Amino acid sequence: MEINKLSDTIESDVASVTNDGVEKCKGYTPAIEFRNVSKSFGEVRANHKISFDVKPYEILALLGENGSGKTTLMNILSGIYYPDEGNIFINGIPVDIHSPQESFKYGIGMIHQHFKLVEIFTAAENIILGTKGKQIIDMKAMRKEIQELLERYGFELDIDKKIYNMSVSEKQTVEIVKMLYRGASILILDEPTAVLTPQETEKLFSVLRRMREHGKSVIIITHKLNEVLEISDRVAVLRKGEYIGTVETAQATSLSLTEMMVGKKVDMDIKRTEPQNTKTRIKVDNLTCLDKYGVKVLDDVSFEIKAGEILGIAGIAGSGQKELLESIAGLQQTEQGSSIKYYSPQDGTESQLIGKKTKHIKELGISFAFVPEDRLGMGLVGSMGMTGNMMLRSYKNGISLFTNETVPRNLAVRVLNELEVVTPGINTPVKRLSGGNVQKVLVGREISNNPTVLMTAYAVRGLDINTSLTIYKLLDEQKRAGVAVVYVGEDLDALLDLSDRIMVLCGGKVSGIVDARNTTKQEIGLMMTKVAGGESDDE
Amino acid sequence: MFDFFSSVFTTHFVRAAVIKGIPLLYGATGEIITEKSGHLNLGIPGIMYMGAIGGLLGAYLYEKCGGMALLTGGNFVVPVAMVLAILGCILFSLFGGLIYSVLTITFRANQNVTGLALTTFGMGLANFLGGSVSKLTVAKVSIALTYTGKAFKLNIPFLSDKLGVFGEIFFSYGLMTYLAIAIALIAAYILKRTRVGLSLRAVGENPAAADAAGINVTKYKYTAILIGSVIAGMGGLAYVMEYIGGVWQNSVLGDTGWLAIALVIFVLWKPANAILGSLLFGALCVLFNYVNVGPAMQEIIKMLPYVVTVVILVISSLRKKRENQPPQALGLPYFREDR
Repeated sequence: MEINKLSDTIESDVASVTNDGVEKCKGYTPAIEFRNVSKSFGEVRANHKISFDVKPYEILALLGENGSGKTTLMNILSGIYYPDEGNIFINGIPVDIHSPQESFKYGIGMIHQHFKLVEIFTAAENIILGTKGKQIIDMKAMRKEIQELLERYGFELDIDKKIYNMSVSEKQTVEIVKMLYRGASILILDEPTAVLTPQETEKLFSVLRRMREHGKSVIIITHKLNEVLEISDRVAVLRKGEYIGTVETAQATSLSLTEMMVGKKVDMDIKRTEPQNTKTRIKVDNLTCLDKYGVKVLDDVSFEIKAGEILGIAGIAGSGQKELLESIAGLQQTEQGSSIKYYSPQDGTESQLIGKKTKHIKELGISFAFVPEDRLGMGLVGSMGMTGNMMLRSYKNGISLFTNETVPRNLAVRVLNELEVVTPGINTPVKRLSGGNVQKVLVGREISNNPTVLMTAYAVRGLDINTSLTIYKLLDEQKRAGVAVVYVGEDLDALLDLSDRIMVLCGGKVSGIVDARNTTKQEIGLMMTKVAGGESDDE
Repeated sequence: MFDFFSSVFTTHFVRAAVIKGIPLLYGATGEIITEKSGHLNLGIPGIMYMGAIGGLLGAYLYEKCGGMALLTGGNFVVPVAMVLAILGCILFSLFGGLIYSVLTITFRANQNVTGLALTTFGMGLANFLGGSVSKLTVAKVSIALTYTGKAFKLNIPFLSDKLGVFGEIFFSYGLMTYLAIAIALIAAYILKRTRVGLSLRAVGENPAAADAAGINVTKYKYTAILIGSVIAGMGGLAYVMEYIGGVWQNSVLGDTGWLAIALVIFVLWKPANAILGSLLFGALCVLFNYVNVGPAMQEIIKMLPYVVTVVILVISSLRKKRENQPPQALGLPYFREDR
């Protein structure tokens, strides 16, 4: 009996959950319990009296629209923010978490949306970073220890690879291993599938399930309802900073969850109109670009952008999407032999865009709304209000020495009303708005410009269903108005529903251009990773 | 041509290069440790001045202001003088480092502006103390410390004179020279092989990642900047003691501090490389004394260290290898709750 117990403890040495011999999570003390937790940033109420719990042997999905306070809540748990009021209980004991260090102590491991990894370190170095132990690092022993951990959970990872050489999915694996190495028993994943291919998502989910078998608690933050239904045991829903309720996944449907999340019924379908009078607007030939380290980020890319249709661009993050759009917008240095031809909608005259200044390209009516990962990096000035940001596009107009603020202010008001931007005022610095609202401002401004070509990247990144639909509708309207729309997206479901044709990029090369009406998510997923054939190894 | 080389590369030249290069090595090692924490301390030249004057004042109190009578019964005792000089140096450079770190870490002031202000301040303070205060003390004499200066030049007796040229090139220097090399090697080892080093590099590369990994970012930054400042300050001490010989002159360090900062880029943020890099810079600085070209051309040769610095900056900004880039978060303040 004694020996049995001992071997049990050895078996579950990573799990700090007290194992009383209970088989599954029923009857467990919750691993985490929130009670009336509130947090405000200035006037913005990010969390208001949130109360729910997570048990061991459980995967809980935390669902909510943008700005509903999911990430803030999880940052409170991981010690990044400190709550204004309310209590957190871990294994039944009230705790105060003031810093990430303390959060580790309680076995909480947070995997952020933007990975917290040191790019020039190897995976192993990142994993041991900040852990206690002998001062002089015995890399051999460390590697062995990590390797054992990898085998126990079935991870595939080269621990000597530098982070900057890794794909997003590999980086995510490093983050998860890092947390497990520190003995985390509660794992929080913030939008873990946002940047993964369907195949990588499957892999992640099987790892999460294995963790659940080991007695860990997993909290997964996501917008994707199908994933919630697939992976979670229970779903907790937040809306506008408030806790709405928790439901068992088995009893939920995507419609019931959406209603909880949004508070009103929404039309989930994207209405795709048939393209009419398509005409080639831009023809890209043999486009090649190098990054600052001399590596090809775009390799011999050729395709056409047509007026009156939406060209979707799919690919794993960093496959060259950004460089592609930037090349067309004249922001990217291209290599010899690249050609980007523009055909004027008036008389069809052909002009070469390479070598033209960004300003001239803009004058041709090529509009570029790129929403980068940090949302404010390109396109908007964080410290200016909506009016100021609208003016960025128009300040050169007119002959007066002074800028004219009336036009941009009217435009700001129009965008505010039409896209339902939530802001204390049109002059509030845009960096204080939530991510979704920032995107609305940016996309709204670009569309207002009456472009002939509209390029958007990640226009709905991190946006909730309602706002995403608004943006999709806007893009579709532009298409019907004869604009050539390029849409770089992450959510394959949306790409398939919205686009007319989809070009798939993989490692800077075009792995195929398909008709969005006759293709499947799996097919595109495979093209994104360049696995030949129609079969995926997960099915 | 051969004549040229044999006339330039004498043992005397090598010695001069080493002695001129050692203060650069201190400055560069100190700046590397600082930059590894993500802070570009342009106050290093000022801190070197502060270290220099602090060390001189420590020794001055002992040699000229009655410290000798008080502590060692009127006899000049070498270790006491050296310890007092080093203590004075540490105290002053810590003060400089503290100004910089409180402003840039706690108040998140702009690092470049703070650094430049500190350089101006440190140089002014040193010139003031070195030029005026010494005349206001009981001794009423300027800072010219023959004994302490000699003490810092004491070398290893047997090795330096019995081994011929070899001994002269390798063993004819004072304590500060060997200390500099030891510090650089230890710093290289700590950065590369220890947990503290790994954590410090993480702080400079990505403080948010380090924070999330449970590293106390603020503590690391303070410690690195203070230690870096003390090491750089020792460079000032080495300069005025071993190179000048214990005498204060107005703005005595010249451009040493700036060269040290340029050296950091040249050696790719690696203290072990800095040992050879500082020798090269030291050699370029003293070369004009050994080339027989007349006074007009000498000025051109005096330019060499700066020309090389500019060339290095151009080359280093063209380099593309990830490992050779400055710490990614260099110059950026870190605030955990930043949205």
